[in-house]
Amino acid sequence: MIENPMILFPLLILFLPLLSFIIVIFFGNKLPRQGDWVAVGSIVTTFLLACYLFLQMFLNYDPDFSHGASFSWINLGEFKINLGILVDNLTIVMLLIVTLVSSCTHIFSLAYMKGDIRYNRYFAYLGLFTFSMNGIVLADNLISMYMSWELVGVSSYLLIGHWFEKDSAANASKKAFLTNRVGDIGFFIGIMLLYSAVGAFAFNPIFESIAGGQAIAGTTLTIAGLGIFMGAVGKSSQFPLHIWLPDAMEGPTPVSALMHAATMVAAGVYMCVRLFPIFTPSALIVIAYIGAITAILAALIAVSQNDIKKVLAYSTVSQLGFMILAVGTGVYTAAFFHLLTHAMFKANLFYCSGSVIHSMHHALHKAHDHDTDPQDMRNMGGFKDKMPITYFSMLVSTLAIAGVPLFSGFLSKDAILAGTLSFAQHHPEHFLLPFFGFLAAALTAFYMFRLIFMTFHGNPNIKSIVKNIHESPKEMTSPIVLLGSLSFFIFYTLPHNFNPMKDKGWFTDLIVPRNSAVPGSLTANEIAEYAHHAHYLAMGLSLIVASIGILLAYLMYQKKVISAKNISEKFGFFYDWSLNKFYFDENYNRYLYQPFLRLAHTISWLDWEFYDKYFINGFGKLTKLLSTVSGKFDYSGIDQGFVDGFGRASNTVGKLLRNVQTGRLQNYLLFVVAGILVIIIAQAF
Amino acid sequence: MADIVFWIISALTVMSAAFVVLNNQLVYSAVALLFTLFGTAGLYVFLWADFIAGIQILVYVGGILVLVIFGIMLTNKIKSVRISHKSMQQGVGGVVIFWFFIFLFLALTKAPWVVTEAIEPVGTVRGIGILLLTDYLLPFEIISVLLLGALIGAAVLSRGDS
Amino acid sequence: MNSLDSYLFISSMLFCLGLFGVITRRNAIAVLMGVELILNAANINFVAFSKFNGMNLDGHIFALLVIVLAAAEAAVALAIIINIYNNMNTVNIDDVSELKR
Repeated sequence: MIENPMILFPLLILFLPLLSFIIVIFFGNKLPRQGDWVAVGSIVTTFLLACYLFLQMFLNYDPDFSHGASFSWINLGEFKINLGILVDNLTIVMLLIVTLVSSCTHIFSLAYMKGDIRYNRYFAYLGLFTFSMNGIVLADNLISMYMSWELVGVSSYLLIGHWFEKDSAANASKKAFLTNRVGDIGFFIGIMLLYSAVGAFAFNPIFESIAGGQAIAGTTLTIAGLGIFMGAVGKSSQFPLHIWLPDAMEGPTPVSALMHAATMVAAGVYMCVRLFPIFTPSALIVIAYIGAITAILAALIAVSQNDIKKVLAYSTVSQLGFMILAVGTGVYTAAFFHLLTHAMFKANLFYCSGSVIHSMHHALHKAHDHDTDPQDMRNMGGFKDKMPITYFSMLVSTLAIAGVPLFSGFLSKDAILAGTLSFAQHHPEHFLLPFFGFLAAALTAFYMFRLIFMTFHGNPNIKSIVKNIHESPKEMTSPIVLLGSLSFFIFYTLPHNFNPMKDKGWFTDLIVPRNSAVPGSLTANEIAEYAHHAHYLAMGLSLIVASIGILLAYLMYQKKVISAKNISEKFGFFYDWSLNKFYFDENYNRYLYQPFLRLAHTISWLDWEFYDKYFINGFGKLTKLLSTVSGKFDYSGIDQGFVDGFGRASNTVGKLLRNVQTGRLQNYLLFVVAGILVIIIAQAF
Repeated sequence: MADIVFWIISALTVMSAAFVVLNNQLVYSAVALLFTLFGTAGLYVFLWADFIAGIQILVYVGGILVLVIFGIMLTNKIKSVRISHKSMQQGVGGVVIFWFFIFLFLALTKAPWVVTEAIEPVGTVRGIGILLLTDYLLPFEIISVLLLGALIGAAVLSRGDS
Repeated sequence: MNSLDSYLFISSMLFCLGLFGVITRRNAIAVLMGVELILNAANINFVAFSKFNGMNLDGHIFALLVIVLAAAEAAVALAIIINIYNNMNTVNIDDVSELKR
C-alpha cells in the first residue's frame, strides 16, 4: 500500500520538512552554509512531489479521487485512535499551495535572512512549520489534525518571535500563541463533543454518523461545529480573535508571507472546508456573520494604516473573512478557491513588500538614517522605476486582490460574492452579508491601490533614500516573478487536457462540493444552482465596487483631487477608530486582561493573606502541636515504657537463661535426662 | 546351677560396667569394658542367641575395644598405663540417674509383659541368614552402605589436613 | 530366676551406668565407652524380647544391625576424636566448647 505513489509521495511531503527540521536544528551549525541547502533542498523536493501529485490529478481528472492509509496509534480496547492520511483532490491542491509558497519562502529567505544570527534555526523552524501544515492538510482524523494544529501554533510562535531580542517581537509571538490557544480550546471541546457522540475521530465515520442523524444532531451538533469553528477563528484570525495577526508582522517578512498565504491562516479555512459537512445551518449562519464582520472590519482598518505590512496584514484578515463568509453561506469550494488564489497573490504581495522593505533598509543604512521607519509608506513613493520587477509583479497581485477581471482574484471573489448574494436572496433577513461583502470588496480595491500609489507612484517623499533604492537580488525576485505570474486567471481556468472546448476550469471540475452531512441542509447542487443564478449580478456588482475603490484611490493618492486629509478630518471619529484598529487591543486590555489581572491579584491576595496564612499555616501549627504531643507520648510512653520494656525484659531473661547455656555438652545431656524424668513423673502422677 | 552362673555373669557385667564409668584410669576403664562385653556375650548365650554372642565377641571385643584402646593411645602421651581422667557433675548426675533408674525399674516390673514360651533352637545362624536375605534385605543393604560410608568417612576424617 | 524381668533389670542397670558415664566423663573416649554400654543394654533388651516372644529372630537381626551401627559409630567417633586432638591437643569435652563462642 505504501508503495503506491499516491500514499508514498504525500508521506514524503509530510516528513521531509520534519527531517530537514531535525537535521538543521541539531547539526545546522556544523553544516556548510549552516544547512540552508538541506532545508531548501527538502522543501523543493516536496514541491516537486506535490507537482507530480497535481499532475496526476490533473491528468486522471477524477473528481471523486480519494485515497487513504492509516495505522493504529492507540489501542486500548474500546478506545482506539488511528492516525492516517487522506489524499484527495482538495489535499493535493492544498499540498501544492503549501509546498509552493514554502519553497518560495525558503528561496526568498536565502537572501532576506542572510547574515542573521540564528540563520540555521530560522530554516529549521520553517521546516517544522511546513511539516505541521502538511500534517493538517493530510490528516484523516481530528486527533492528528489537532496535533498538527498545535504544532503550527508552536512553530508560528517560534518564527514570529525569531527576533526575540525585540520586546515587540517577543510580545507578538506570545500574543499569537495565547490568542490561538483560546480558539484551540474551542476546537478541542468540539472534537471531544463529536467523539463522545460519534465515538470516532476519523472524518468519514463522523460524516456518516452525522448523516445518520442518530448520534448527534440539533443544538449539540451546532455547538460542536461552533467549537470546531472556534479553532478556525483563532488560527485564521477571525473577529474577535483577529488581534494577533497584525502583530505577527514582527516576524521576518518571508515568514509573514508563508503564514498569511499558505500555512497558518489557511489552516483554519482549510479545516472549515474539510469539515464543512458537519456544520448545521445555524452554525453556518454564525460562521457567515463572523466572516462578514471580519471582512468589513479588517478592510476598514486597513484603509488608514500607514505601515506597508500592516496594510497587507489587515487585508489578509479581510480576505480570510471572505473565505469564512463563503463557508458560512455554503459555497465552500469558492472559499477554497479563494484560499488558493489568495495564497498566490498574498504571498507575492508579502514578498514584494519584503523586497521594498529590504531595499529601504539598505538605502537607510547607506544614508545613515536610523530613525526613519523602513515600513512606513509615507516615507516611500516613486519606487516604480527603481525596482520595476517588484513593482509590476506587485501590481499584478494587487489587481488580483482587487478583483479586476483577467486576474485570479476576480474569479474567486466573484464566486464568493455570488454565493453570498444568492444566500441573501433566499434568506432576505440576512441582507447584511452581501452588503458587508461588497463593501469590503470595494474597500479592498481602495486600500490596495492606496498602497501601490503611495509606495511606487508619485514623488519620492524622502529624496535621499530614493537614489539608493535598487532592485532586490535574484533569490528574492524569482519567487516574486513566479508568484506574480500565478496571479493571472489562466492558471485557474485551464480546462482538462487543455481542451479549449470545455467551458469550466479544472478547479470547478475537480473540487466538487460535498453535500452537508447534516440532514435537512441544502444539497451542494442546490447551492451551486442558486449561486449560478446570482452569478451575473454578483459579477457586475463586484466589478462596479472594484472600480469605485480603485478610482477613489487614484483620485485621492495619485491625482490628489480629493484630499485624504480633509476626509480624515471630516470623519475624524471614524478615522480614529480605523487608525486605532477599532481599539480592539485597548478594549481587550481594559475589559479582559485588566479585570482578569485584577481578579488574579485579588485571588492571589486572598490566597496568600487568608488561605495560606490562616488556613494552611493554621493547619501547620495544629499539626505541629499535635505531633509534639504525640511525639512525647510516643517517645516517653510507648518507646521508653512499652517497647524498651520489652527489650529490658528480654535482656533480663536472656541474662538469666545465659547461665544455663554452659556450652558443655554433658550439661545439656543432663538436662535432657532430667527433663525426661520430669515427664515421667508428670505421666505417672 | 545355671541360675548361679547367670547371676555371676550378670554381677560381673554390671560391676565391670560400674567400674568403666567410675574408675579414674582410662586404660582400666577400657579393660573393664572388656569384661562387660564378655558378660553381655554370656547373657546372650543364656538367651539362646549363639550367633549374636559370637558376633558380640568378634565385633565388640575384637573390633571396637581395640579401636578404643588405639584411640586412647593416639590421644595421650603414654608414659605409663595410668592415664587419669576426671569426671564432672557426678553428684547431680548421680542423683538424676538414680531416680531415672528407679523409674525404669518400676516401669519394667509393673509392665504386663506378654511372654510366649518357646523351645531352644538348634542354632540361630540359619534363621538369621534367611531373614537377612529375605525380609530384611533392604535394611541389610542399607546398613552395609552405611558401614562403607562410615569406613570412608573415618578414613577421610582421621587423615588430617593432607 | 531366668526370666524376662531379670534381663530387663540388668539391661536397665547397664543403660543407667552408660548414661551416667556419658554425663559425667570428661574424656571423649570414656564418653564413647558409655555409649557402648548403652548400646549393649539396648541389645540385651532386643535379644531378651526376642527369646521371650517365642524365639522370634527379628530381635536378633536388630541386635546385629545395632552392633554394626556401633562399630561404624565407634570408627567415626574415634576419627573425630583424633581430629579434635590433632587440632586442639585435648580430648576433654568441656574444653571443646566452640559452640559457646
